[in-house]
Amino acid sequence: MSVSELELTEFRAEVSAWMHENNPKDPGFLLPQTFMEVGDERQLEFLREWQHKVWAAGYLGMAWPEAYGGRGADPAFQTIADQEMRRHAVPISFNIIGLGWAGPLINDIGTTEEKEKYLKRILTAEDVWCQGFSEPENGSDLGNAQTRAVRDGDEYVINGQKIWTTMGNFAQYMILLARTNPDTPRKYDGLSFFLSPMNIAGVETRPIRKLTGEYGFTETFFTDARIPADCLMGEEGQGWKIAMQTLQYERGAEAGAAGGQMMVRVTVEDMINELQGVSRDEAAVLEDPLLRDELVRAVMEEKSQILGVRRGAIPGLSSDYPGSLLLSGKLRMSESTRRMRQLAIKLQGAEGALYVGDEEARQGGFWQRAYLNSFSATIGGGTSQVQTNIVAEHVLGLPK
Amino acid sequence: MIIGNTTLTLTEEQGMLMDVAREFCRDKSPVSAVREQLDTELGYDAGVWKEMIALGWTGIALPEHCGGSGLGVSALVPVFEAMGRALLGTPLLTTSLAAQLVMRAAGAAQESVLADIASGKIATLALTEDADWGREHFAVSLDKNGTLSGMKRFVPDAAVAELFVVPVQREGELVIALVGASQLPDGAIRPNTLIDETKRAANVDFTGVRVDENSVISGEQVANAINDTRLIGALLVAAEATGSAGACLDTIVEYLKTRKQFGKLIGSYQALKHPTVDILIDTDSSRSFIYHAATVVGDETLDRDGEIACRMAKAQATDTLLQAGDRAIQFHGGMGFTYECNAQLYLRRAQWSQQQFGDAQHHRTRLAKLLLG
Repeated sequence: MSVSELELTEFRAEVSAWMHENNPKDPGFLLPQTFMEVGDERQLEFLREWQHKVWAAGYLGMAWPEAYGGRGADPAFQTIADQEMRRHAVPISFNIIGLGWAGPLINDIGTTEEKEKYLKRILTAEDVWCQGFSEPENGSDLGNAQTRAVRDGDEYVINGQKIWTTMGNFAQYMILLARTNPDTPRKYDGLSFFLSPMNIAGVETRPIRKLTGEYGFTETFFTDARIPADCLMGEEGQGWKIAMQTLQYERGAEAGAAGGQMMVRVTVEDMINELQGVSRDEAAVLEDPLLRDELVRAVMEEKSQILGVRRGAIPGLSSDYPGSLLLSGKLRMSESTRRMRQLAIKLQGAEGALYVGDEEARQGGFWQRAYLNSFSATIGGGTSQVQTNIVAEHVLGLPK
Repeated sequence: MIIGNTTLTLTEEQGMLMDVAREFCRDKSPVSAVREQLDTELGYDAGVWKEMIALGWTGIALPEHCGGSGLGVSALVPVFEAMGRALLGTPLLTTSLAAQLVMRAAGAAQESVLADIASGKIATLALTEDADWGREHFAVSLDKNGTLSGMKRFVPDAAVAELFVVPVQREGELVIALVGASQLPDGAIRPNTLIDETKRAANVDFTGVRVDENSVISGEQVANAINDTRLIGALLVAAEATGSAGACLDTIVEYLKTRKQFGKLIGSYQALKHPTVDILIDTDSSRSFIYHAATVVGDETLDRDGEIACRMAKAQATDTLLQAGDRAIQFHGGMGFTYECNAQLYLRRAQWSQQQFGDAQHHRTRLAKLLLG
């Protein structure tokens, strides 16, 4: 299917106008900046309504089949819709595990029944999905997951514990990585992948209070939880392979994801714009030479990330240490985000000590909370230290 | 928009030059060859320099009607990156910058000068007078009778230069004097001893040299041409430094993969492994900045995007090389403290690179003005 530039240009104008028109007003409470920060019912309902509205307007799941709630369009349209969502800084599409992980997977390898049952309700946000990969004893070492799934007739019996389950307390379904065979020579070969219901006997979620004081994750306990045998994706033992397959959808609509944005992008420019009027030593804070130097460094970090993406797409400029830009991406991005949020607090002067809840806090304490939350990315999905090891070993070839 | 222009492309010509330059430099400038030149007067192999001229590198960025290839500064970036990677000296850097200044300030009026440079005449840019890179007014002056007075310092490859391109003050006006090597009195050139032994520079006293009017470039475009040449100088040094940082990283990685202590390869220790990844990430960043700058800088007067790009490239690349060289010494342990260890070559190059056309701090200060007002 080929799409003309003209069609895309027209579509961009259309979706841009819609986002401008429909971008919700400030609801009066802080909205989550990422899908990992949905902490209460109020936020959930707001985001559920927003996602449904975007889908109903036709700007989510555009490349998914019409039969399952999509529009059967070329993914290029969704990519443009995503770009416009980012540009207009609309709220996040919070149901990311469904939109970007479970959904595309079901679309690729699911049965017709599974597609009918799940896909549309992911797009409409009727069903919230969560992910059960990490375990308390196996944070960065996912391949060693020990939650057990034992076949018993037409069912699997699940026992074990998952942790850092984003929206675990809100979710109807979980993509679950569990061990069906504890005796395989390679630990990866004993894992299987399930589309597991959450609202059944034997599944208990316990919200974890984050350093921000909010709730965003749960611990999830499985105690003789019985799920239908047809919840298994693929075959037993293919769990690791399928889990890795879900990662590729992160590349966006072109790779099969439904689209939407999983985080609000906050730039150094946004930070600087908020500093007008802040005084330091009776002069504008932006006149302090040392802080100016820090700001320039922050701008350079941000620019370097963008340029890195451009360069990574040019084979002649990315062959020296192959995979370097790709494998270091999460590390660079999350660490640079963390540093920037920290700087944003410092720039506020004495007001930097205020927090969410204080009516005099700048932007409602946005940066303070954003700084605390930024650690979810430097820790989640493999800590920066583990990421650094991965880059050292896989890109530089350094010994373990 | 604070982030501004973020284009980054690689033309076919840039790609081809990159391949050719890398192979040439690898071939002609192994580290043994670099070391052979450390204590020679020239500092480079004249035979290799001839081959570079034959390859057309002295004309890459010069117009076709002057015998160049008309590919612009952007095509020099991969060449200097390759040279930096191999620590290959030669007067190409300063010759290219001298040519840029003449081209930008005089254009067609000095076509024969540009044609001579394209065909291999060694020129040098005699810009700096003291420790301050940011100085916009020059003490070296040209009086109304056409006589120069004053000294330029840190003039690259002065001993071999056939032509000196010298920005000076003439009765309150910025002009550029073109001085032939034969015009200099005996003893006018006093070599510097540089921290980077692969480079050569000297103080050049121009006092008493007479310049005829045909060899003076004047006009209101001169000030812009000088500013742009400084920025392009910063970019080309950044390109060189990025290449050197890559080679320095390779040197570190090689040692970390072979040296054992306490029964383990030292590369398995995270205290060494993690800073090495930081160097990789910074080198990646440097490459992105130099090729972005190569994308936005053309033959015309540099715009705001171009200035920002050159300054960011220089700030990033020379800080990266300094950190890489510094850690290379430390990670080689006792070996790192010896002259024999190649780590010193990179650290010395790093210090030299910092001091060309403004160090990282200088450029961040200028960037602050551009970005924050």
